[in-house]
Amino acid sequence: MSQHFPALLVTVPLLSALLISIVGWLYKRLCFPIAVAALSVTAYSSVGLLLSVMHEKEILYRLGGWEPPWGIAYRVDHLSALVLVVVSVVGLLNLIATQKSIQEEFPEKTGAFYTLYVLLITGLLGIVVTGDVFNLYVLLEITALTGYGLIAMGEEHAPLASLNYVYMGTIGACFYLLGIGYLYISTGSLNMADIASILPGLYDSRVVLAAFIICMVGVCLKMAFFPLHTWLPNAYTYAPSAVSSLVAPLMTKVMIYVMLRLMLTVFTPVFTFSRVGLSDSMVWLAVIAIAMGAVLALAARDMKRMLTYVIVAEVGYMVGGAWLGNRAGMTGAILHIANDALMTLCVFLAVGNIVYKVKGYAFKDLQGMFRKMPYTMSGLVAGALSMVGVPPTCGFFSKWYLISGGVQAGQYGFVAALIFSSLINVILFFRIIEIGYYEPFGADHGQGSSRVRTAEAPLTMVIPLLIVAGGLVMMGVYTGDIVAHVIAPVVPPALGN
Amino acid sequence: MSNLLSSIVDNYNYLIYIILMMIGLYAMIAKKNLVKKIVGMNVLQTAIILFYVSIGAKKGATIPIIQHGHGEGAHEMGASVIKAAEYINPLPHVLMLTAIVVAVATLGVALALAIKVYDRYQTLEEDEILAQIREK
Repeated sequence: MSQHFPALLVTVPLLSALLISIVGWLYKRLCFPIAVAALSVTAYSSVGLLLSVMHEKEILYRLGGWEPPWGIAYRVDHLSALVLVVVSVVGLLNLIATQKSIQEEFPEKTGAFYTLYVLLITGLLGIVVTGDVFNLYVLLEITALTGYGLIAMGEEHAPLASLNYVYMGTIGACFYLLGIGYLYISTGSLNMADIASILPGLYDSRVVLAAFIICMVGVCLKMAFFPLHTWLPNAYTYAPSAVSSLVAPLMTKVMIYVMLRLMLTVFTPVFTFSRVGLSDSMVWLAVIAIAMGAVLALAARDMKRMLTYVIVAEVGYMVGGAWLGNRAGMTGAILHIANDALMTLCVFLAVGNIVYKVKGYAFKDLQGMFRKMPYTMSGLVAGALSMVGVPPTCGFFSKWYLISGGVQAGQYGFVAALIFSSLINVILFFRIIEIGYYEPFGADHGQGSSRVRTAEAPLTMVIPLLIVAGGLVMMGVYTGDIVAHVIAPVVPPALGN
Repeated sequence: MSNLLSSIVDNYNYLIYIILMMIGLYAMIAKKNLVKKIVGMNVLQTAIILFYVSIGAKKGATIPIIQHGHGEGAHEMGASVIKAAEYINPLPHVLMLTAIVVAVATLGVALALAIKVYDRYQTLEEDEILAQIREK
């Protein structure tokens, strides 16, 4: 059983998606339990994979028994095992947390919704687990297509936002496909490990350089790296809250994983950091991304849009950290994939609970919220503290690694941008807390505050939120262990100590 | 000059794919109509399919099927006879079957979304839609 975990990760949700779409016609109530069962299997398998990877270093799964490079191989190392656990756990928690709001928002479409939801998770897990660059493209498109569908189920402007996402996402995927084509011309292989073993003789080839740059442009479009972020704020704001809290933590983070995979495994670190010569410009682009994300978040006029610009800034953190080209920066970037997924999930779940109760996410809807929904707001505060980077939440530790990486590399612009963005986050989240705590709820200002009763979201929504909020602290407390056992083996020795 | 000309003639497949790709990107960036953008998107995808198909082709080569090469004895005989230069490379073509499926699916989703957009705003012109959004 356990040796088939890599295949189960993809096949179980894929077949369940088919099952859900059939069952959805007849028994709508069965859709949710099937989805939970499928995602529980994936969560169990990915945790099992993480544990066995710690002993064995790397797991190679040959689909259909074909030897790589002819057959498609699934390859799990420490980095992919970590991201697998993040994706499957976030997917499962969000599925349970959003059940009520999905029932309320689309009572007629639950079958379609859960089919797309499970397919999206299939695509994300497949991207992480695959060891073949073309297979990655196909799974990338599965993820993107289901994402377009899910986002378009949202409120008024959602189809337009989703259509803009289709345009940008397709250009991104096409660039990635073109880059692989160039790589295939020069190496004749599509298997990641095989390409990496052929490439050293071709480091001076201009085709390989073009392949690298084209792939990077495509991936940067997909991960919404400023200035290619324009599709993200509208798409994530207008999406249903259950979808926002799924795609916001996972999509951009998995794309960061793809970038790291390309940088570290396909094109080896030697090529990426010493032959391409783009490190400095990428770090400066990340600086601009962080600064612009922070400023645009400050200008946003509702909570969801503000958070989407925070995501744009966070993408800048991870890209910048990865391109610093030293051990601390890379550690920070990888750690931040997990941490950022958790804290984005935390704040978006809290916003989802508020939307469920108040039917709005404008700043004024937050008035008196601390009395009305105390647990939801404490979850939001935990997520906010982590985004600001207050110890012992995990956001502090990844930011610490990123900053020390920036200092070691002498990139003081990056360090300044990180600190600037943290300060802006303080303003952003304390504004929310101020409105929620000090401004009274409802029409009768000044005197009505004592009359506000608690009207908390249902327990199935609050408990997952509090689990995630607790997870933020746990991740922070165990940062040392995670870095030593999971992240340290991933960072290539070429990056020094 | 003759160098340039011969390199153009030798690599005309790459030129065509780049021109097609630029047409697609131009349509997606410059056109205001949402369906024209979708058409541009499809041209872009087709350009990349053309690129892949052309890299598998070889002059004077045939389809990669070995005649009378079925069964047990074929392997021993095949090893001496097969010259890779005589057969086109089927792998890029097979990859493109998948890419075509992806392109069709993307086109379907995009057109479905365009219908939903039209239902909401009664137009497919991007500037008119933005004007409607701004009025509210």
